[in-house]
Amino acid sequence: MSSLPTIAAPPPSLAVRLGASPAQVVALAAIALFLLAFLIIPIVRVIVVAFTGPDGFTLVHFGDFFATGLLREAFWNSIYVGVMTVVVASLIAVPLATILSRFRFRGAALIHTLGVVPLVMPPFVGAVAMQLIYGRNGAINLLLLDWFGFRIPFMDGLNGVIFVEALHYFPFILLNLSASLANIDSAMEESAQNLGAHGFTLFSRIVFPLALPGYVAGAALVFVKVFDDLATPLLLNVTNMLAPQAYLKITSVGITDPMGYVISVIMIICSLGGMALAGLALKGRDFATQQRGGGGLARRSLGPAGNAIAAVFVVLVLLLVLSPHIGIFLLSIATVWSFAVLPDGYTLAHYATIFREAAPLISNTVLYCGLAGLIDVILGGMLAYLVLRTRLPGRRLVEQVAMSAVAVPGLVLGIGLLRTYYDVKLPFTGEPLATFWFMLVIAYAVRRLPYALSAATAALQQLHVSLEEAAENLGAGKLTTLNRIVVPLIVGGLLAGFVTSFATAAVELSATLLLVARAPDAPLAYGIYVYMQSAAGRGPGAALGVIAVVVVAVATYLAYRVAERERGLKARELL
Amino acid sequence: MTATLACARLLAAAVIAFAATPALAQGPEDKVVIVTSFSKELTDPFAQAFQKKHPGTRVEVQNRNTAAAVTFIRETRSSPPDLMWASAPDAFEVLKKDKLLQKYQPKAQGIAAKVGSYPVNDPDGFFVGFAASGYGIMYNTRYLRANNLPPPKEWDDLKKPIYAGHVGISAPSRSGTTHLTVETILQGEGWDKGWGTLLEIGGNLAQVSDRSFGVPDAVNSGQYGIGIVIDFFGLSAKASGFPVEFAYPTITTIVPANIGIIANARNQKAAEAFVEFLLSEEGQQILLDPKIQRLPVRLTTYEKVPPGYPNPFKDARLGARVIFNADVSEARYELINSLFDRVITFRLKELNAAWKAIHDAEAKLGARPSAEATRLMAQAIKLAGAVPITEKEASDRAITGAFQEIKAGQKAAGRQAEFEAAWDAAAVKNYAEAKALAERALAAR
Repeated sequence: MSSLPTIAAPPPSLAVRLGASPAQVVALAAIALFLLAFLIIPIVRVIVVAFTGPDGFTLVHFGDFFATGLLREAFWNSIYVGVMTVVVASLIAVPLATILSRFRFRGAALIHTLGVVPLVMPPFVGAVAMQLIYGRNGAINLLLLDWFGFRIPFMDGLNGVIFVEALHYFPFILLNLSASLANIDSAMEESAQNLGAHGFTLFSRIVFPLALPGYVAGAALVFVKVFDDLATPLLLNVTNMLAPQAYLKITSVGITDPMGYVISVIMIICSLGGMALAGLALKGRDFATQQRGGGGLARRSLGPAGNAIAAVFVVLVLLLVLSPHIGIFLLSIATVWSFAVLPDGYTLAHYATIFREAAPLISNTVLYCGLAGLIDVILGGMLAYLVLRTRLPGRRLVEQVAMSAVAVPGLVLGIGLLRTYYDVKLPFTGEPLATFWFMLVIAYAVRRLPYALSAATAALQQLHVSLEEAAENLGAGKLTTLNRIVVPLIVGGLLAGFVTSFATAAVELSATLLLVARAPDAPLAYGIYVYMQSAAGRGPGAALGVIAVVVVAVATYLAYRVAERERGLKARELL
Repeated sequence: MTATLACARLLAAAVIAFAATPALAQGPEDKVVIVTSFSKELTDPFAQAFQKKHPGTRVEVQNRNTAAAVTFIRETRSSPPDLMWASAPDAFEVLKKDKLLQKYQPKAQGIAAKVGSYPVNDPDGFFVGFAASGYGIMYNTRYLRANNLPPPKEWDDLKKPIYAGHVGISAPSRSGTTHLTVETILQGEGWDKGWGTLLEIGGNLAQVSDRSFGVPDAVNSGQYGIGIVIDFFGLSAKASGFPVEFAYPTITTIVPANIGIIANARNQKAAEAFVEFLLSEEGQQILLDPKIQRLPVRLTTYEKVPPGYPNPFKDARLGARVIFNADVSEARYELINSLFDRVITFRLKELNAAWKAIHDAEAKLGARPSAEATRLMAQAIKLAGAVPITEKEASDRAITGAFQEIKAGQKAAGRQAEFEAAWDAAAVKNYAEAKALAERALAAR
């Protein structure tokens, strides 16, 4: 790995040595203030009990954590599941990203879009669909049992968690790696080829190392997300992991012991540790290349055989990862689906049931999640830039605080926001700020800021600072440089950040359930929850789930088209 | 535009208020805000019927799960919603303890004082029962047929080895109604025998769900075949077309579902009107809707029920035989929740393995095991059915205090985490030993 291609050692630039402009100082302060107001203060107000004993401050609860066999076990299980999921998710995502970015492959836009859909697992409906497909008595196992007389425990224990998590979160790697691959200049590849590198050598020595920031960003996100994920262990009823242990303590009525918050604090520390480790993996290496405008790697023709193999692989993977969504769709048009490979009958009645309610739920979801994604991209992009391009004191700290949000349980943030902002009244209406719809946007944005931040960081790591210096030398101001050089060149990374934020926010439940005060303000996730509390609501709930998936898919597709057009405008004709 | 509309409405209201008779001015406010964990199928018909009766009052329903509902009410005490409407008796107890509910004596007459062995209303008057439900066994008929299983009829059937891995329940710490059922078993059978029963059924459990609806949901899908559920989950699933049946065992518990007015409710009159509506003949009638299927608390409503509808006031099976001591229950409420989770929920795999070994050994030992094998088996069964704390300890203030909010000056015997660590370790040890003993018994045949 010592042969990492570096065009030039970064020269100490003027801008860097001078520190930062006033505008940059203000930007960092604004981000810090945002985090202080909507992350630190609310969270601290909730988790302070983790450090409180009868006589004030204490660390005794942390001692209790490590003294409990169950919790030690949960800790190691969470780490094991996190690491193994990264491995399995990589097996899915790396080939997909390679095929998409390196070869001319028809339907790439479609695959990019479908590649995001696994992130959208509507609450409850997703769980039911997963069980109906992969469960002990799901469609696949019923078929296996019929034909061969055995079952495969897809959804049993820790391995089940790894299986489901990998299917669910591999898009983090796919999106970030694709963005990174798209940023590699074809000149790099051509030089290597001229020097005789081909095939696997080319990939392992040139392409993959150059795309490493994107891969590491994605893999680190997968690790922390899985480490902190609650939905999947609950779906599989695996309780001996940290997130479910914390959740069960925090959300059980009448439980007053602080262990739930202690576990939350430990999860935040571990997630930051995971992120720091990822940063260490990239440290001391330079991924930046100066050449720009090549529009990424040359897309090669695969030839008929290659095309067929790639197509088979892509279709198989998509079938696997989209099966829960196929299940949700079937559920939404099923009369009854119980202990059977397929539903008993089909109907459109569930769509008729939700027809009238769906419109406000959809528009609320698009509005909230769109705004949250936008906030994330702006804050994440700015922060990534400030961290990598300035020497402002405290920038690393702000970055770490922002990253810590990934480990904050939605419920803890929800309680904190409610506690901090319920008594702050809005002007004119007198409505509490905490239950004003914009607070949902903020809750979504805060918890998903890490996605946009790491995507932007990865993109920026590939961009050589000399490009900006060149622009400035040619007389462009900082703002012009940012506008004309930096943002267009990292737009792929920003897009990946937006899409992940948007998609995951669309199905966020725990904070939603706490902060929605009026049904007209509710997003889709709330609508799904309301239906999925009764047997008769399963079909309508699934129909809303399908709508959530479609909304995210359409938004992703549009975003991807925009980015492709940008890219197309820049790309130079290669053949 | 909404602002103009609001202004106009305000003006109109002022004019009406000025012109109106005092009686009209005292009518309910223009809205009532209800926090509920009930499903749409239940809340929608009630909201619609209420609005029809009180055209000037809009019902605003906030659907939250029980935990989120309690948290929301706790955090919004400066200007709270008006009503809490849910099943979980523990949620109401917590709200009451935190002084977040207000006393209200319903005016409605003809409401039963007791259903089964539980009082319908909170004895202190902070919340009111509006319906009742019984616990029973729900099963997926397709699943049972495919697995060649007979439908279980009694609680004790669920201990049988044939049902291993086919049964589900929700955790008492996550479902106040399951808690009441567990407590009833413990009081009815006694501490040691009761836990023996629970742990033996535990040996057959496929899952301990973290939410009440998780159990019927899984039975509906056929994820597992049998669920210990509250009646309306089973009955309404059947009404929705799922291939499921529901049966009350000979002895079952009846638990109330409640509504309470939140302290400092902004729409006091409307909230009271809603409570009265729930208890009125009209409101109670709505409970009979096949998608709701709850048992009314107004005695006269039973005159109009369809044939076969359970009647806890006539049918002696439903709860009447169970004696329930509310004081005992309250004192150890949090402790029982924690204990159940330590010895069953979080150690389900180990518990399953222990009982599987015992059942395997029993089957292979046959009718005439050796004296040594009999002795070893008795030991194994005892260990796999034992909890690491006695009944006396479970009601000891010093110990129960560790599971409640620590008040200044109150001394507990330890921290909750310390007890939990010890119980967890004991459970793991007991189940491993029980398994080893059963295996030894098999060798000593």
